[in-house]
Amino acid sequence: MRSIFHELADTGGLRLNAPMTETIRARLQQTFAPTALDVIDEGHLHIGHAGEGSGHFRVRITSVAFAGKTRVQQHRLVYGALGDLMGHGIHALAIEVGLPGTRSTKNSLV
Amino acid sequence: MDVIERIKNTLSEHPIVLYMKGTPDFPMCGFSMRTSQALNATGAEYFSVNVLEDPEIRANLPRYSNWPTFPQLYINGELIGGCDITLELYESGELQRMVAEAAKQATAQ
Repeated sequence: MRSIFHELADTGGLRLNAPMTETIRARLQQTFAPTALDVIDEGHLHIGHAGEGSGHFRVRITSVAFAGKTRVQQHRLVYGALGDLMGHGIHALAIEVGLPGTRSTKNSLV
Repeated sequence: MDVIERIKNTLSEHPIVLYMKGTPDFPMCGFSMRTSQALNATGAEYFSVNVLEDPEIRANLPRYSNWPTFPQLYINGELIGGCDITLELYESGELQRMVAEAAKQATAQ
């Protein structure tokens, strides 16, 4: 694994995604004022995925903005906040939404 | 036929539709694979559309559904969600109930 990471780092594959997690974070922060927010680059889980290892992210977000919404509505809000990043820098996005005071929803992306 | 019309027709003709990358037998993406596996595990019959072979659907369904990614699962014409939501529903047992209900409605018609 180590050599793979080095190779990617050399081609900029991993480094390119470092600012992207920050861009995602900034947009979500601004839109939802979350009480908890994690943005994780999961590109390493998808190496060999048709050369699309980069661009896979996971978002864990807790905000009152999601209260009273269905799961589809919650995910749409997140996609909406990321706007043009979807398909341009973000290839795939796993979303875990939580409400303050409750456990965040669990997804089994293993 | 207009692509939006094609989408509407597919959704009205089949109670359970999965728009995915690849096919249930040969999924071309891990998210599509996990979603079709969850559906398979419910034992439900469903109609699948390979968006990699239908660029028009691939380009237009996200706008129609206001959902940017694939897979997309529909039950009775309504967007249920993508991979995360489908797996969550499967794990809670809710997906099994939903597809059984959709199948029951389809045979009653």
